[in-house]
Amino acid sequence: MTTLTLAKALNEGLRRSMEDDPKVLVMGEDVGKLGGVFRVTDGLQKDFGEDRVIDTPLAESGIIGTAIGLALRGYRPVCEIQFDGFVFPAADQIITQLAKMPLRSLGTLKLPVVVRIPFGGGIGAVEHHSESPEAYFTHTAGLRVVACSNPVDAYTMIQDAVRCDDPIIFFEPKRRYWDKADIDLAAPGLALDRARTVRQGRDITLIAYGPMVKTCLEAAAAAEEDGRDIEVIDLRSLNPLDVDVLTESVTRTGRCVVAHEAPVFTGFGAELAARITERCFYSLEAPVLRVGGFSTPYPPSRLEDHYLPDLDRVLDAVDRSFAY
Amino acid sequence: MTADAPRGVDAPPELVQLLTPEGERVEHPDYDIELTAEEVRSLYRDLVLVRRVDLEAVALQRQGELGIWASLLGQEAAQIGSGRALTDADMAFPTYREHGVAWCRDVDPVKLLGLFRGVSNGGWDPAEHNFHLYTIVIGSQALHAVGYAMGIQRDGAEAATIVYFGDGATSQGDVNEAFIWASVFNAPIVFFCQNNQWAISEPLEKQSKIPLYKRASGFGFPGIRVDGNDVFACLAATRRALQNARDGQGPTLIEAFTYRMGAHTTSDDPTRYRLAHELEAWKLKDPIERVKAYLFKNQLADQEFFEKIDAEADALGKDVRSRCLALPDPPPRAIFDHVYAGAHALLDEEREQYLTYLAGFER
Ligand SMILES: Cc1ncc(C[n+]2csc(CCOP(=O)(O)OP(=O)(O)O)c2C)c(N)n1
Ligand SMILES: [Mg+2]
Repeated sequence: MTTLTLAKALNEGLRRSMEDDPKVLVMGEDVGKLGGVFRVTDGLQKDFGEDRVIDTPLAESGIIGTAIGLALRGYRPVCEIQFDGFVFPAADQIITQLAKMPLRSLGTLKLPVVVRIPFGGGIGAVEHHSESPEAYFTHTAGLRVVACSNPVDAYTMIQDAVRCDDPIIFFEPKRRYWDKADIDLAAPGLALDRARTVRQGRDITLIAYGPMVKTCLEAAAAAEEDGRDIEVIDLRSLNPLDVDVLTESVTRTGRCVVAHEAPVFTGFGAELAARITERCFYSLEAPVLRVGGFSTPYPPSRLEDHYLPDLDRVLDAVDRSFAY
Repeated sequence: MTADAPRGVDAPPELVQLLTPEGERVEHPDYDIELTAEEVRSLYRDLVLVRRVDLEAVALQRQGELGIWASLLGQEAAQIGSGRALTDADMAFPTYREHGVAWCRDVDPVKLLGLFRGVSNGGWDPAEHNFHLYTIVIGSQALHAVGYAMGIQRDGAEAATIVYFGDGATSQGDVNEAFIWASVFNAPIVFFCQNNQWAISEPLEKQSKIPLYKRASGFGFPGIRVDGNDVFACLAATRRALQNARDGQGPTLIEAFTYRMGAHTTSDDPTRYRLAHELEAWKLKDPIERVKAYLFKNQLADQEFFEKIDAEADALGKDVRSRCLALPDPPPRAIFDHVYAGAHALLDEEREQYLTYLAGFER
């Protein structure tokens, strides 16, 4: 067992991937000498050289566009977008090219590109540094979208993402980068497209991913004192969605609350609510309720504690579910 | 530049310089400037005061009063020189580091601090100051500035636009598209690039193989490189470029060759990627010291003047600090304000729900 932070677990995972496969490249702004602004790529350039760990010019469209070209030439680029809010200059390359090229080639082309994006708020940052843009990408067919929530998963999920032949948007919960856990570096992880029940419970199912998993676990612990037995599911993969795990759980509990930091309105939770309702209609005691950000841009940091769903807001939704 | 000389320290030959680091006036055939003693003293005052505000902001961040701060240390001359070249009718589009230009446009420094403290995402009325909001997404504002300039052009107004961006930003598609638009439409705009040698940890070589000012010629307009630590040169070159723009001669790219003396922001640790001797070498080219030396040597100011400015700077620092500490956090309901121009059913509902929820805790 090794104790690692989430950022360091990603770093170790990337290191393994690079050791295993000489075609794996890391590229992005400040990923080389600095090791990334969150130090996720710390030391990789020193050990693997400037040809494999590339400090790129400051242009996100360029990062993804050239990663596509490198992938066409047989490389497996892992691109870092420095912050969530800066993925948009690359949106064209991601949506019009990366997501669709394999299909257009009738499957002869593979684009094993990983786009790593630190996402979410809670670090007191300025504008564009706290966003949750996942729904834009889950809405784009051809992309896999995953989000890790803890160091153990981060370590294996990043390696699985690099090995995967599809393009993947890999969301990292930036306010949890410094969370620590004991990791068995030799243990295999759960498959990349599987959800994990992180806490078992009988009364209600809480579904989350990324930074909100921890919040939901804390909410479940607090609710236990009130005699409520909450099940918590960490989605891990948003696209594809592990619907069977969700269906089994909600069929059992009869109640469901979905939580994310992104705005509730047309957020990923809307897909979850719809799908669960379709699958579990006759078992539901209450509508699937959603907790998340407001339908506003992410507020200035002095207000972010109001915007971000916390333990109380999750439990408020749990109460509302039981009120039905 | 010799192989082991610190980056950018040997002044490249094409650099427009009117005041040497030692405070000697030098002639330049194309860019000369006549300044009265009063004008020079006023520039000196600007330089000292913005540096003082900047230092205070760094200190406030260290004390936990700001989330982050992007220091302008070392870039005062580039910003004051170009900022003082603007007329009231001209419009400026900044990045997030243009505190000196904001000063020239009479934006209260506390409003800048408020953004970094996290009480707002903007904080001033751009139209009141002809100084646009700070833009954090690198390079975006270059296109806005060109569009604004095209508006000035269509209005037939006697004005120009200036847009600020860094060396790193020159790699962005938006900036290159802005060059193309400005050129094709002959827009009245000055592209003011502060080449401070670094984009966070990446040195200029990661962005360009040629001096940045030379990029302009490929787009079809003039580019010049000025000593960005020389307030006279920055003022002269920007004045000229703005006048050309107003006269219908189209865009100019000015590369202000300078140095980021501090960290990228207070979250950054430059010891991880750059050598101390580079900083030491640039300290000798300080933008303020050379003006002070010039004023002294030419007996345009006495000790009393410098003491007065220092005292004014201290008072300003104190004032900015106390008003920053007094900035109230916005009320939670402010999250829902100004998202749309008018009423919006969903937002009204969310506001109502959230305020009711919050009230539940008070009971
Ligand atoms: C589109 C975008 N990508 C990345 C960032 C993160 N970032 C902030 S400042 C910066 C470097 C900017 O360098 P430069 O343009 O030279 O300006 P300077 O900060 O040196 O003034 C980067 C990469 C950003 N703000 N926007
Ligand atoms: Mg720079």
